[in-house]
Amino acid sequence: MMSGRILPRATREILRSFRRTVSTTAVSSAQAAAASEATTDGQESTQPALRPLYLDVQATAPMDPRVLDAMLPYDISFFGNPHSRTHAYGWESEQAVEKARKQVADIIGADPREIVFTSGATESNNIAVKGVARFYKSKKKHVITTQTEHKCVLDSCRSLEAEGFDVTYLPVQKNGLIDMKQLEAALRPDTVLVSVMTVNNEIGVKQPMEQIGKLCREKKVFFHTDAAQAVGKVPVDVNSMCIDLMSISGHKIYGPKGVGALYVRRRPRVRLEPPQSGGGQERGLRSGTVPTPLVVGMGEACAVAMEEMEYDHKRISKLAQRLLDKITTALPDVIRNGDPEHMYPGCINLSFAYVEGESLLMALKDVALSSGSACTSASLEPSYVLRAIGAEEDLAHSSIRFGISRFTTEEEIDYTAEKCIEHVQRLREMSPLWEMVQEGIDLKSIQWSQH
Amino acid sequence: METRRMVLGLYKQLLRESAKFPAYNYRLYALRRTKDAFKDNKMETNPEKIQELIGKAQKNLEIIKRQVTIERLYTDTKLVIEKPKPSSHGSQS
Repeated sequence: MMSGRILPRATREILRSFRRTVSTTAVSSAQAAAASEATTDGQESTQPALRPLYLDVQATAPMDPRVLDAMLPYDISFFGNPHSRTHAYGWESEQAVEKARKQVADIIGADPREIVFTSGATESNNIAVKGVARFYKSKKKHVITTQTEHKCVLDSCRSLEAEGFDVTYLPVQKNGLIDMKQLEAALRPDTVLVSVMTVNNEIGVKQPMEQIGKLCREKKVFFHTDAAQAVGKVPVDVNSMCIDLMSISGHKIYGPKGVGALYVRRRPRVRLEPPQSGGGQERGLRSGTVPTPLVVGMGEACAVAMEEMEYDHKRISKLAQRLLDKITTALPDVIRNGDPEHMYPGCINLSFAYVEGESLLMALKDVALSSGSACTSASLEPSYVLRAIGAEEDLAHSSIRFGISRFTTEEEIDYTAEKCIEHVQRLREMSPLWEMVQEGIDLKSIQWSQH
Repeated sequence: METRRMVLGLYKQLLRESAKFPAYNYRLYALRRTKDAFKDNKMETNPEKIQELIGKAQKNLEIIKRQVTIERLYTDTKLVIEKPKPSSHGSQS
């Protein structure tokens, strides 16, 4: 491999001549073209537009350089198909896949044979929910999930309903956590699966995994969790939490996009009906060539995350507190959505009263933020997660999600807080509702006239 | 001591190479993580552990050098938060 060889002179020469002959890279030449079109006086004026800060890490995370470094050899030299059994290309590729499998298994406390590589957490969720339900279809007809799950889980459940299953969508309390008594009451003798996500992607709430796992184990019900936002960020252990199925996503933990994993417990055995037919790869649960470069990247991301988890968590907690303190001391009427104690600090969802969320996002154009999950950002409706936690309609519209990553700096946090405070104050100045509130009028007492 | 010199040399090299990352986030992360890692392990006395840590540092130095090179080939513009450098080298950042 490339380790042990610092750039040889030949390579340095190549790079130097490359830089001389190609004056701009593809990316910056596109930017320069766009910028020169934008300037009206035709002069070669300023640099291309500066990029916004990235604080939307729940949507996706930048790849860690260590991950990319591990992946590249498998994109360049070691390109074999891991299922080719007859030559060195296949063997070395398979070796890399098995090493990655162990790395993924280690971070969740599982056995490598229990890990199945997929194309992402969405596919893992589909396999888990639909696969398990369909396998035990003859005897069990009930599935329980929550109202704050990711769309892929909710949609899978909806398609199960069309196949004749009963699905209970558990409501959540105001802080985003489920009520254990409600869960226990919802369990029936014919319940096959309970699916509850570990950390919510919109409000960062962390569900009581050990309690849910223990209850499901007692009642002999399979426990599936979508841990895409949790793995590598908070400690997750499939044995102490009695988890039977778990979905993992590569690009949420600074790995490549397009890869994920599904943990399927072997003892006691979880059977499922694989939705994808083919050559029987991945224990028959997910046919298709395993993409070695992506899988190696994911494994490396998990290994790095395991090493850095404590350091990152401490740092992110500090930055999160800093952001919260700055904003809440400067601005009144800011509500944090989700439980302040049982949450992942790197996901802060705030509602700014009397300010419209989309206009705040547009004003904060120098910071990449979002007001909900990426998959629901196309619609104008406020997110169903906020509605499920009982956020009032106007507050649900004015929510912003701040994501703090391993790479976020204190400077970025300060900049974001400043801009946020500045624009919220500006937008509130323009708001007649805010004026009325300042005068002491209770908005709820107003009778809005119908035109 | 020789180990001490090697460790200090590695530290300086790591910082020097990390500063070459074009991307703000990677650059500051590498610098910060290097400083914190060396600070946390400053009091280490077990010679085996020290060798292991030195090995890790060397590996990371290789990774940083390679990734800096690759990133320079595909770099984009600066973040809003970075101070603009006076552009005397044309459009190549």
